[in-house]
Amino acid sequence: MALATPNTNHQFEEKAASDIMQPVGLNIKFHAWMGLLTLVLMACLYAYYTQLRDGLSVTGLRDYVNWGMYIANFVFFVAASLIGMLISGVLGLLGFQWIKPIARIAEIIAVAFAAVAGLVIVSDMGRPDRLPFVFLYGRVQSPILWDVTVVTTYLVLSLMLYYVPLLPDLAIGKTRMNQSHGWLAKIYDILSLNWKHYPEQYNILHKAVRILLILIVPTAFAIHTVTSWLFAVNPRAGWDSTIFGPYFLTGAFVAGCAALIIAMYFFRSNYKLHRYITPEHFDKMGKLLVLTSIIYLYFNINEFLVPGYKLKEADAIHLHELFSGHYAPLFWGTQILGLILPLILLLFKPMRKPLPVLIISFFVLAGAWAKRYIIVVPTMEHPYLPKQYVPDEWMLYQPTLTETAITVGSIVLVLMIITILAKLFPVIPIWEIEEKPNQTSNQTNETS
Amino acid sequence: MNEKSQSTPEGNDPQKEARNKSRRDFLRRFGLAGAAAAAGGAALYSGYQYEKAKGKSEMVRVLTDDNRLVMVPRDQIQESKPDQAFLQKRGRKGLKGHRWVMVIDLSKCRNARQCVKACQKAHHLRPHEYHITTLEMQDGPNTAPYFMPKPCQHCDNPPCVSVCPVDATFKRQDGIVLIDNERCIGCRFCMSACPYSARMFQWQEPFMAEDYEENPQPYDVELNIPQAKGTISKCLFSADRLREAELPYCVSACPNGVFYFGDENEDAVTNGTTKETVRLSALLKQNAGYRLMEELGTKPRVYYLPPKNRLFDFDDQPSSYKGDNEEKA
Repeated sequence: MALATPNTNHQFEEKAASDIMQPVGLNIKFHAWMGLLTLVLMACLYAYYTQLRDGLSVTGLRDYVNWGMYIANFVFFVAASLIGMLISGVLGLLGFQWIKPIARIAEIIAVAFAAVAGLVIVSDMGRPDRLPFVFLYGRVQSPILWDVTVVTTYLVLSLMLYYVPLLPDLAIGKTRMNQSHGWLAKIYDILSLNWKHYPEQYNILHKAVRILLILIVPTAFAIHTVTSWLFAVNPRAGWDSTIFGPYFLTGAFVAGCAALIIAMYFFRSNYKLHRYITPEHFDKMGKLLVLTSIIYLYFNINEFLVPGYKLKEADAIHLHELFSGHYAPLFWGTQILGLILPLILLLFKPMRKPLPVLIISFFVLAGAWAKRYIIVVPTMEHPYLPKQYVPDEWMLYQPTLTETAITVGSIVLVLMIITILAKLFPVIPIWEIEEKPNQTSNQTNETS
Repeated sequence: MNEKSQSTPEGNDPQKEARNKSRRDFLRRFGLAGAAAAAGGAALYSGYQYEKAKGKSEMVRVLTDDNRLVMVPRDQIQESKPDQAFLQKRGRKGLKGHRWVMVIDLSKCRNARQCVKACQKAHHLRPHEYHITTLEMQDGPNTAPYFMPKPCQHCDNPPCVSVCPVDATFKRQDGIVLIDNERCIGCRFCMSACPYSARMFQWQEPFMAEDYEENPQPYDVELNIPQAKGTISKCLFSADRLREAELPYCVSACPNGVFYFGDENEDAVTNGTTKETVRLSALLKQNAGYRLMEELGTKPRVYYLPPKNRLFDFDDQPSSYKGDNEEKA
């Protein structure tokens, strides 16, 4: 073993260490990809500059539809970030072993989406320069205060859940860095906090991670419940719902599972990690996606069928618009292609193979984004009082190019954070890949 | 004065033989200091006497910011314009002892939209930006259409105030819901929360932005001027006019006697057109007054009188009846 350490409990595989460390470091592909992302980001930043200069009039938002794509995108980001909690928190605490190789990928997704979610909200503000006012003059009655608090907490916890289990890997990695990456070895050295693989260190690590996992579960529940309350506290048809908290939460798990499957597939084939992220993992994630989708479908039925049965005046206008009106194509497309069909297809084992499940996940993720749009926009287009004496373009919301570019910019930022974290540090916990036969026997015992 | 009396005998005694040089030196210096002190003291004294005499003849009574009556010498008074801090303090507090209330008589509205124009002029708004607007209403497919002026309802349980994260929009003691655009962060949560669509947002540079640049003026929260890009604006019940004991802009501008405005505490409202003052409770009782969307629990401060025996006919079907389209057809 390359590292002569006093460690006895944690024998990581030599091959695993070299396999997982192999893609770490900057290469031409990384530079090209980041260069491309930077270029796109520059264009998007220019769009944001025009918004700062000319005000939110550059968006399609107006007095009736005053929240649109930005807010929908924000809800989507918060939703996607919850996967970190579902995988590490819920499944980890329940003792499932198969999640170990994908837990860090889930945390990377959580950190990236949670970090940029805050920026998305800032892009929606009319006066971003007054952001400090939220802390200076914050009123605890406002759900925005709750949201700021819990999103920040979740980001910090997710960062720690990413970093703390990374410590042993940083110690392993610093000795294996090749010559051209001396600077990276130095970063590893500093960040590894003098990790020596002592059993006591592992004891502390396990305890710390356990505490973090216990903390992250209620925090994650809180962030998406509070995000749903940004809508549910308002007396408007389509938002005036008591199940918005669990409805959003389960929707978040669906979106997060899809995002994780896509990331898993990408890292598996690009980083050549076939030995660690196996078809078994895709099968299990596919099953998890089915489970979360069924719960989400259940909440969807509640959310639409119950008001649809009563058809109170305002609800009737809203539901007509969704079921057969202006938003019908988007609504049915989202519900069928993004939820029902994936759910049915994934019931069959061949569909849970890596490639089919990847394709299905793309549909689910796109549907998840569109679903947030459907939750935010149509309700605002139908206020209680008629819309009159305003320019025609105020009647219906149509996102502008600028607005879309700023939204794309936020997605680019997420990709950049994921890229940097996944390229500079190992995406699979090396120290947890151990006693391979034992792990596979665990896997076969479990059902999800 | 004390020094003066002390120095005089010393200063008057130069002839006396000095046995000790240092003592004489000391005395001379002491005398010098004493003379200076005497001169200074005299100047102060005469100044004090002068001020006293002047003040006696020319005192005026002045009412301060905090409503105290004080006496000030007339020539000490300096002209002062209210600065922003003063306007903010005054505007957030509200007019003590009042509970402003508006009554809108729907039977009289013929959609002249003079209220809208007066309001837009006072608050520097574009023609499609509204603090108050009129709506063409029809509650059901077979019920009569009518026109409805719709200002902010100044709810006593305002959803917009609850959700504001920074206390930019707030409820005053006199019942008015104001917006402070020096505080507003532009999150637009209040717009989402308002069931009456009463709020507007400055999506671009405000209408009179260039004028504000040329003639800077302190922000008056009771008038919401200067308007600011990226912040909310809304109906203020013309809080600036109420401070001057005048009726709101929209109320005075109406040619048809639609608006009554007054004080719930006095149980009196005044018609903006006829200037006739009537009992609020009697007016609401006799005409079956109601409030908009009472079921939401927002407790508006704007009452409506039903559009019965309308003075003006509705030419056409309202352009955008909000109800079910199939039913309408």
